[in-house]
Amino acid sequence: MSNIKRNVINSAKSNVVEMAHGNGGRAMAEFIDTLFIAAFNNGQLNQKTDASCFHTQQGRMVMTTDGHVISPLFFPGGNIGSLSIHGTINDIAMMGALPRYISCGFILEESYPLSDLSDIVLAMAKAAKEANVEIITGDTKVVEKGKADGVFITTTGIGELASGINISPQHIHAGDKIIVNGSLGDHGISILAQRNTLGFETSLQSDSASLSDLVQTILASFSTELHCLRDPTRGGLAATLNELAQQSKLGFSLDEDAIPIKDEVDAACELLGLDPLYIANEGKFVAFCSAYAANDILSLIKQHPLGKEAAIIGEVTHDPRYLVELTTPYGGKRIVHWRYDDQLPRIC
Amino acid sequence: MKYLDEFRDPSLAKKLIATITAEASDKRSYRLMEFCGGHTHAIFRYGLHQVLPKNIELIHGPGCPVCVLPIARLDQAISYARQDDILFCSFGDMLRVPGSQQQSLLRAKSEGANIHIIASATDTLTIAEQHPEKKVLFFAIGFETTTPPTAHIIQQAAERNLNNLLVYNNHVLTPPAIRAILDTQETINVDALIGPAHVSTIIGTEPYNQLCKDFNRPIVITGFEPLDILQGILMLVRQLNDQRANVENQYSRAVYTEGNKKALTFMEEVFELRETFEWRGLGQIPHSALKIKPRYKKHDAEKQLKPTTTRAKENKACACGDVLRGIIKPNECKIYATVCTPDNPLGACMVSSEGACAAHYQYDQPNV
Amino acid sequence: MCLAIPALIENHLDNQCALANIGGIKKTISLALVDNINIGDYVIVHTGFAISKLDPSEAEKTLKLIAEMTSSADA
Repeated sequence: MSNIKRNVINSAKSNVVEMAHGNGGRAMAEFIDTLFIAAFNNGQLNQKTDASCFHTQQGRMVMTTDGHVISPLFFPGGNIGSLSIHGTINDIAMMGALPRYISCGFILEESYPLSDLSDIVLAMAKAAKEANVEIITGDTKVVEKGKADGVFITTTGIGELASGINISPQHIHAGDKIIVNGSLGDHGISILAQRNTLGFETSLQSDSASLSDLVQTILASFSTELHCLRDPTRGGLAATLNELAQQSKLGFSLDEDAIPIKDEVDAACELLGLDPLYIANEGKFVAFCSAYAANDILSLIKQHPLGKEAAIIGEVTHDPRYLVELTTPYGGKRIVHWRYDDQLPRIC
Repeated sequence: MKYLDEFRDPSLAKKLIATITAEASDKRSYRLMEFCGGHTHAIFRYGLHQVLPKNIELIHGPGCPVCVLPIARLDQAISYARQDDILFCSFGDMLRVPGSQQQSLLRAKSEGANIHIIASATDTLTIAEQHPEKKVLFFAIGFETTTPPTAHIIQQAAERNLNNLLVYNNHVLTPPAIRAILDTQETINVDALIGPAHVSTIIGTEPYNQLCKDFNRPIVITGFEPLDILQGILMLVRQLNDQRANVENQYSRAVYTEGNKKALTFMEEVFELRETFEWRGLGQIPHSALKIKPRYKKHDAEKQLKPTTTRAKENKACACGDVLRGIIKPNECKIYATVCTPDNPLGACMVSSEGACAAHYQYDQPNV
Repeated sequence: MCLAIPALIENHLDNQCALANIGGIKKTISLALVDNINIGDYVIVHTGFAISKLDPSEAEKTLKLIAEMTSSADA
């Protein structure tokens, strides 16, 4: 057990979150000291001011915010803590910006185990450190038992966007190639497996990871050829591509055979009657780049630990319907529609 | 995945398509009905209808248990689900089907009804054990593939004295439905039938023989994978070219002539035939559905619960009936893709992912 | 209708159940509706129940037949 976790448990009156931990008094001050400040540990945060100050380089900043309510809180490959940090970093990285600082608001449910909370916070600290990001400010509230699902986390992240970087749907061109950095559906299926009601087990892990380093690697060599990035989280690749088609006013044509999907994701989807293109990812991006540079960009991505299974999956077309179309291995085509709501498991 | 991947081989598929194209005479059309919704879904998912020669027309049949469930029975299910003392269990397929007045199980759920989505009938036994204080109601739907599991859990409930487990039984039968469809020949003119795969693992090949004889139409029992469907179509094209009308079994790796006798025995012990049953879009079909035998009436929702709904109201503009009978194609329905969409389905054919309308919309190219 | 999938039987469990492997996914299924299923057999699974035992020799025959039926087609 880490020292921080041991301290948290030893210094608390009980093993669980109490209303007092959010009361603004001494209980809360000690709780914040032993857990959050000890884990996140950086110059700004350690000053314990209501807000934190930081320098920026001149130019553009990028800011993003995210609420995290995932259930279950712990899953193979991560927990709500690591997910919140990776997710915020990725939102910034998808702009081509360098993530620098994050703030975290916690809403804790009374009687949530401190041991589990410590694991969540330590995972956040690790994720931030690995990405050279500092968690410099935060907030803690406690609500009565039953009024939250254990832990809710809201994060806001700030990054710096170097001049000359223009990554957006408006920069997608017809003829651009579409690349994903690896297999799709891993996160969503690993979460579904945790929900016992669907009755299957898998060794699949969530792919939750920070994409910032990979994105910076691509930008270092291909800053003008990389036109757009987005991470296909909830709603999967299908939702993300449909959003981008609408925003860029173009169409996308995909090659079904080229889309990397792990056998276990395929199998789980066959079992439940789900389409893997609509399943969430947390460590993947879809990238749009100039056609002439696509193969070189793909090679570069494949050299990175988070890009080993990367593939070119399609290209951008002039389509006045702004649709995402997929060609099957049998030569037929189908539209990958923008679903209004979630898929449900089916038996027919 | 073994026994799936081999039957999805694109190079063999291309050969089958080429062979079908070569053998389908351009002097005639081939109107093939795939009875089973699973085939409809697969055809659209793989885009097979687009790569077959134009004179092979695939007509989508009514083998979608979600689509054919009468609206009155869905209304009753939704009404039960809203009762405080009932814990309602359903497969995901039924959740979005619209009943009267735009009601649905999903809407009831979001308004507080205690509805559980289950993946297996056995889940209801566990839930009934865990909640002795509630009536646990299983919304049982499906053709003969899904019926034996329901029979099994009813027997289990009886053995284990799980008196709080009730089944609202809507299981329907395939051969009578095929007969009803082929009996309306003057409107549809189906030349041959692509027979259901997994229903046939239960009922075997024998029930199709009489149908084949009575209507003089070839029937090929066909698996769901692309190679299965294409081989099945080729076998039908060859029969039609030879003017034969036989029952053939393409899915011989899983379908046996005698079917699954053990599963059939379970069904016979628990269920008996209803005199008649109303199919959404097809009207009354005699001896086409099952009810729970009196000896298991303790678990029969229709015996244990009072009916609570009034007259069902089908949407007037809904043409699901004609679509289910293959009389019109989905895009010939006046409200297809305009008012009636997967986001706002007005009829069952648009909700079920194997309903002809949903499959069309989901997978086919919309008009510009 | 009837989403069903081939599964490999890896182990027998209590209550007429078995541990099945579907492309690496593990699932407990009921064998209540079938007889004579051994470890190493493939079954077709629908809603958590094995409904049929898959016959490997028929599977092979089907693939061979497809090859024969299409032998005059260009690839």
